[in-house]
Amino acid sequence: MDFFRPDSLAEALAAKAEHADAVPIAGGTDVMVELNFDHRRPAALLDLGRIVELHEHGRQDGKVRIGAAVPYARIIDELGRELPGLAMAARTVGSPQIRNRGSVGGNLGAASPAGDSHPALLAANAEVEIASIRGTRMVPVKDFYTGVKRNVLAPDELITAVHIAPATGAQQFSKVGTRNAMVIAVCAFGLALHPDQKRVGTGLGSAAPTPRPATKAEEFIATELDWESPKPLADSVLRRFGALVAEAASPIDDVRGSAAYRRHALAVLARRTLGWAWSEHLGGGRRACA
Amino acid sequence: MDAEITLRVDGADQPVTVDTRTTVLDALRERLGNTSPKKGCDHGQCGACTVLVDGRRVLSCLMLAVAADGAEVTTAAGLANGDLHPVQRAFIDHDGFQCGYCTPGQICSAVGVLEESDGELSRAEVAERMSGNLCRCGAYPGIVAAVEQAAGEQR
Ligand SMILES: Cc1cc2nc3c(=O)[nH]c(=O)nc-3n(C[C@H](O)[C@H](O)[C@H](O)COP(=O)(O)OP(=O)(O)OC[C@H]3O[C@@H](n4cnc5c(N)ncnc54)[C@H](O)[C@@H]3O)c2cc1C
Ligand code: FES
Ligand code: FES
Repeated sequence: MDFFRPDSLAEALAAKAEHADAVPIAGGTDVMVELNFDHRRPAALLDLGRIVELHEHGRQDGKVRIGAAVPYARIIDELGRELPGLAMAARTVGSPQIRNRGSVGGNLGAASPAGDSHPALLAANAEVEIASIRGTRMVPVKDFYTGVKRNVLAPDELITAVHIAPATGAQQFSKVGTRNAMVIAVCAFGLALHPDQKRVGTGLGSAAPTPRPATKAEEFIATELDWESPKPLADSVLRRFGALVAEAASPIDDVRGSAAYRRHALAVLARRTLGWAWSEHLGGGRRACA
Repeated sequence: MDAEITLRVDGADQPVTVDTRTTVLDALRERLGNTSPKKGCDHGQCGACTVLVDGRRVLSCLMLAVAADGAEVTTAAGLANGDLHPVQRAFIDHDGFQCGYCTPGQICSAVGVLEESDGELSRAEVAERMSGNLCRCGAYPGIVAAVEQAAGEQR
């Protein structure tokens, strides 16, 4: 197996163009499991560990730009105020050691329906920055996933960053699993209030072949919420929202849970997270975590 | 394919030729005879292989040796500097082990916790921050007490 260790993004893109079969490796928390268990025998690995551009975050055009390889631990420590939903999701990933290495770029590269950053990225309308020697393009995250563990990347492309507008309202992330550490989510839900746009963003995880927003639920709740003079939400509205989120899912039965259980749990997560986020909006206060 | 690399392990430069697929864990155990980190699962779930790479705790089963070329690797065996490291002392004080298999990983992880935190740690926080290290003997009460003691001494 060849091992490429470029020092700059330009070198990495050149290497990827020349060796389309080289598998990128950032934190390695997905790739190494596949290698150790011989699930994958790549001809070459492209180590992104030395590329400074991929390990930085900053502001660009009013948005937060997070380099693809920035580990979850830094998102939690350094971006929790601007991106509370993503930070909440990051806190639930694996274990501290996994969070020290694992990255959002790796989560997107793997494109597992169970990846925890996806619901938060969807709810916040993130955009994925993708580059190759041919140039750079931006893809809205809802268009990024194309199937189970598949995404829009061409063989010569790398994910270079995600761009997310800083939160203008309350955000929540909630996931169902058998315990706190190191479990793959049975299902997960991300929610973001966007008072500036008078809308609510949603994202479903482990609920369909790809992570996806609950579009009908978003449309419904946008007409129900009074942003000018916010009032507590009727239970019937929360329930309807939950039901529409569950309808947006097309889950499967597997060892972690049945499709029926997943639908039920998603409705509960959706109802609760909306309730929490809206009370925060009403009270101006902030709930720390789901 | 083979690659020539140098790992600085517990303070000594160790040049070694490894296949590019070799993990830091296998390089340490199989090539350099350092059996302090243990292989519990080989896929990131147990923490028994935790070492410090340039001061940060990492799972050595999920890191390629070639990616650690030139890095400073510290195992639990290399923490003692004449005297036991305060975290090692604390594990003895509180019986933070039974069979000892998970212990080198627990200790490196605990050193990482002290490095990452800057202040008092509640029991719940210690448990959360140590959640990547499993102990099949269930020595958790002693482990948590040991990390609390070491964190207290650090302040
Ligand atoms: C014990 C354990 C527990 C875990 N728990 C969770 C969990 O709770 N939630 C969760 O979501 N995930 C979990 N994971 C999976 C994994 O940690 C995450 O998916 C993580 O985000 C992967 O990031 P990475 O940087 O380590 O990716 P890598 O392993 O380096 O890469 C993952 C994939 O993305 C590709 N890739 C990486 N970077 C790029 C790039 N810049 N451009 C293009 N492709 C790229 C790689 O080729 C590979 O296919 C867990 C893994 C382990 C081992
Ligand atoms: S052997 Fe590395 S985490 Fe289990
Ligand atoms: S002491 Fe036996 S596994 Fe922890």
